[in-house]
Amino acid sequence: MQILKLIFKNAFRHKLRTFLTISGISIAILAFGLLRTVVDSWYAGVKASAANRLVSRNAISLVFPLPISYKDKIRQIDGVTNVSYGNWFGGIYIDEKNFFANFAVEPKSYLELYPEYVLQPDQQAAFLRDRKGFVAGRKIADKYNWKPGDTVILKGTIFPGQWEFVLRAIYKGKTKSIDETQFIFHWEYLNETLKKTVARRADQVGFYMIGVKSPNIAPEVSRAIDKTFRNSLAETLTETEKAFQMSFISMSEAIVVAIQLVSFVVIIIIMAVMANTMAMSARERIGEYAVFKTLGFGGAYVAALIFGESLFISSVGCVIGTILTFPAAKAFGAMMSQFFPIFNVSVNTVYLDVAASVIVGVIAAIIPTYRAASIRIADGLRRIG
Amino acid sequence: MQENLPIVQIRNLFKSYSRGDQIIPVLQDINLDIAGGEFLALMGPSGSGKSTLLNLIAGIDKADSGMINVVGTDIASLSETELAQWRATNVGFIFQFYNLIPVLTAFENVELPLLLTGLSGKERKSHVKTALSIVNLTDRMDHYPGQLSGGQQQRVAIARAVVTDPTIIVADEPTGDLDRVSAEEILELMERLVHELGKTIIMVTHDPRAAKKAHLIKHLDKGVLNADPQAHI
Repeated sequence: MQILKLIFKNAFRHKLRTFLTISGISIAILAFGLLRTVVDSWYAGVKASAANRLVSRNAISLVFPLPISYKDKIRQIDGVTNVSYGNWFGGIYIDEKNFFANFAVEPKSYLELYPEYVLQPDQQAAFLRDRKGFVAGRKIADKYNWKPGDTVILKGTIFPGQWEFVLRAIYKGKTKSIDETQFIFHWEYLNETLKKTVARRADQVGFYMIGVKSPNIAPEVSRAIDKTFRNSLAETLTETEKAFQMSFISMSEAIVVAIQLVSFVVIIIIMAVMANTMAMSARERIGEYAVFKTLGFGGAYVAALIFGESLFISSVGCVIGTILTFPAAKAFGAMMSQFFPIFNVSVNTVYLDVAASVIVGVIAAIIPTYRAASIRIADGLRRIG
Repeated sequence: MQENLPIVQIRNLFKSYSRGDQIIPVLQDINLDIAGGEFLALMGPSGSGKSTLLNLIAGIDKADSGMINVVGTDIASLSETELAQWRATNVGFIFQFYNLIPVLTAFENVELPLLLTGLSGKERKSHVKTALSIVNLTDRMDHYPGQLSGGQQQRVAIARAVVTDPTIIVADEPTGDLDRVSAEEILELMERLVHELGKTIIMVTHDPRAAKKAHLIKHLDKGVLNADPQAHI
């Protein structure tokens, strides 16, 4: 217990220096936690993907459509349990800054494929009945204060015009990792309007969502689907939902890598600050360490004093920084909700915070400990006075 | 330990320091016997090697060659770890600048050497109180070094030196940082340690008044030991 008391007292011998170091570590851990959460948020779609769902799209590019007639052929393939389809709509609500994902989908099969979107049964029934109806995620409904029955108009970009919808249901995510900012409406509504306005664009879908019996047969089913449409006018590229989401991430991989690098650079910088603090403290106390050794305490005791102090300071900084990460992430997530619909501090991020602070504490103490433990007692005592 | 039997035996001791390519001899062919219960003063000009000799006797430095037998142990043959354990058991230290740990109270400073002994908290407390009563500082046990005068701090250091009941006490300029009155108190205390507790004290000093308190004075000059024929009291 004496050593813990000594570590605690030593840590606060230079209150200002310790306060500044702890503040620096807290801010670094906060920045590290936020950056890691940004990275997590980037991969949120991938994490939310189900292993038993496939996505089939045009093999040339996602921007080219597939015929709606593929639906029945896909359904006949062995292992397929459900087929849904849809288009990225790309509508704008009032202003471009009000961004949220909006899709035209076949609603019944889509909701069957995505049980993680939780709707009240009466609202779901109302949505399925109303061809102009739409479902909104809880977060955007809250943000724009939409209530069931409200009319919402989106300005089409890919499909020009003013598109009127009626909110029929609000979904909640089954878990925290489910995106609650989506806007889903009837594909039929889009298709019927296209038939009247731009007939050549009708009866085409951007993607098929396919449910399979088991994740184990996903590769086999993917190959079977693509084989079915080989040498057709619109060949398909079928992959798991996770791979499909990853293809989006890979487009922005350089940014993710940069963010990850910056998060580690923050830790390296604070490691240097912490190492400087510990080097100063150990240099000032080299005479005291010599006294401990004179009295019979070994190098291990001196090492424990320095490592203990370093770990104590980095741990306090870690605790403060981690606690601050939660409200900061909430505020940041609210501010950037159109870019990061899911912005939650994960348990892994907290573990990484703790690991980073331990690494900082340990590395910062290595050189001062080596110096203090290896100095000759007579030389150490000479530094006093 | 019986009085007048050599508790410290030094034979043909050599010690040098290297500074770059240069080898600087510090102690040359030292031969010395110190009897149990002796109060020895080591005197000499700065750089004469007296502190080095004290450090070698106390086991906090290593000689180049020669034999040092202290309390029946050839300390030159001990490893660093063994030497640390040996110091904790056999040697008490008193320094010029007291060398107390500033963040620990007088009680905690005196308790430090006992943390290596395996005594229970209760036993340690009893030992510390006894040591502090010897130096007449029981009423200041909760004070931090910064709240004590120089003389009081040195008394705490003496309590720390005796708390494990070591056989010998080494003191490096114990009065060097004190005023005359405090210095006198410390020297009287050290005399009491010899007379009442039977400790063997080896003291390095520049101060002839301090040296006069010793039973025996030895002079070091350029690393060579000379006995002072007038020094026996």
